[in-house]
Amino acid sequence: MAGFDDVIIAGIGHTEYSKDSGRSEMQLACEAALAAIDDAGLAPAAVDGMVTFTLDPNDELTLMRNLGIPELRYWSRTPHGGPGSNTMVQHAAAAVTAGVADAVLLYRAFNERSGRRFGQPNQRQSMPGLNWYLPFGVDTPAKSYALAFQRYMYEFGVTNEDFGRYSVVARKHAATNPNAWFYERPITLADHQASRWIVEPILRLLDMCQESDGGAALVVTRADRAADLRHPAVRVIAAADGHLVDGSVMYNYYHRDLAEFSEARFVARQLWDASGIGPAAVDVAMIYENMSPIVFLQLEAYGFCGRGEAKDFIAGGNIELDGVLPVNPHGGLLGEGYIHGVNNVIEGVRQVRGSAANQVANVEHALVAAGRSGLVLGRL
Amino acid sequence: MPPVIPPVPDADDRFFWDGVAHHKLLLQACADCGRLRHPPGPMCRHCNSLRWSTQEAAGRGHVYTWLVSQHPTQQDAAPRIVALVELEEGVRIVSNLVDVDAAHVVNDMTVEVTFVDYEGTVLPQFRPVGGS
Ligand SMILES: [Zn+2]
Repeated sequence: MAGFDDVIIAGIGHTEYSKDSGRSEMQLACEAALAAIDDAGLAPAAVDGMVTFTLDPNDELTLMRNLGIPELRYWSRTPHGGPGSNTMVQHAAAAVTAGVADAVLLYRAFNERSGRRFGQPNQRQSMPGLNWYLPFGVDTPAKSYALAFQRYMYEFGVTNEDFGRYSVVARKHAATNPNAWFYERPITLADHQASRWIVEPILRLLDMCQESDGGAALVVTRADRAADLRHPAVRVIAAADGHLVDGSVMYNYYHRDLAEFSEARFVARQLWDASGIGPAAVDVAMIYENMSPIVFLQLEAYGFCGRGEAKDFIAGGNIELDGVLPVNPHGGLLGEGYIHGVNNVIEGVRQVRGSAANQVANVEHALVAAGRSGLVLGRL
Repeated sequence: MPPVIPPVPDADDRFFWDGVAHHKLLLQACADCGRLRHPPGPMCRHCNSLRWSTQEAAGRGHVYTWLVSQHPTQQDAAPRIVALVELEEGVRIVSNLVDVDAAHVVNDMTVEVTFVDYEGTVLPQFRPVGGS
């Protein structure tokens, strides 16, 4: 069951999102974590659980020692990539509900631009699981995803220019978000079309998320602690993961139909079942976009529009701040920064609290979608 | 040609790479229910059998999806075309297209396997049926 009755996100915190933080990844984790704990109105001693990504470079015990968390009784990590941004919340919600932890710190911090760049070709030796990809030149996240996106383009007549219309919206939103790397730097569709190919004929530079330095953290706890908090509590109404038998480490090349995002459909089904709401009740959506086409596939998977209709949905202005479904009001991973999607969860919390830079009016329900995971957030 | 990263075979997929070295495209077949699978693995998902054998693919299929792999800022000697090929036997395999210009690649085009030696690393590659 993906629904939760008594779980809230109590605190959010992050560093600046930059291209060169000038400090260690552990320091970024400490800064983001302390900001989230403080935002919740708690002290580090109140934290007794931790969740991060398996990919995160920051050791739990080292973080404990730096923050001064005396006792930890629960920890876990989430496998693979960006879906972990929501899966961390699911782990924490389950732990809090089961009573194995009281206040769980979620964190992700890295120097993925100034340090080891996250989007660069994998020139290392192959390994058994990658034998089907690396020797054939599928050596970047961009290529591994683009191979599937191309089928979507082919089946529905979608062009790279269509993808660019999403990028323009993301950068428009980022332009009025002071936290965004691309604050006050909007782009036009002509800029998008003039940017270089990353993977021809699918992805251009301005379809790509950023590589960022930074840290982001959240605190998840029980609803009965809401009275002690510094800010309005945000309820975790539903949190779901979705994985299917034909998935693979790179992407889902072995699903029969690659022109849809089967896992996202599975997540959506669970979220709607658990929350009792449907797409029409979503007031704002944070949609994980390592690359712009994944927004199209998720809009369709969640039923905001029909298959192949995302290009018209986006071109029609529906995802803008005054549209039917404002998407990524903070600018998303293209515009704000790439903290592996955790900054999208933070934006979801801000939208429900009413404290976002580009605030959507009267947010009752916020969707945070990250491909193979999702959240429905709402007021307590 | 950009450098090719050689595969690192393990106990579950060595048969495939041994086959490729001998210019054979071998698929893993369940010895109990007969179903084919790729990428290889120790167990059949349909009947959970651990017994398997290999079946040589006919080597023909079609391009399900494709892209041009080229470094965005550094000069490549020759871009590689990556394709997800759906074999006649019903399994998909990521590979490259050769003997064809990217301008002439279309989805669902029919291709056949060929084996290319890249400085000691033999890879199964696909080319348009009847040449380009
Ligand atoms: Zn079997």
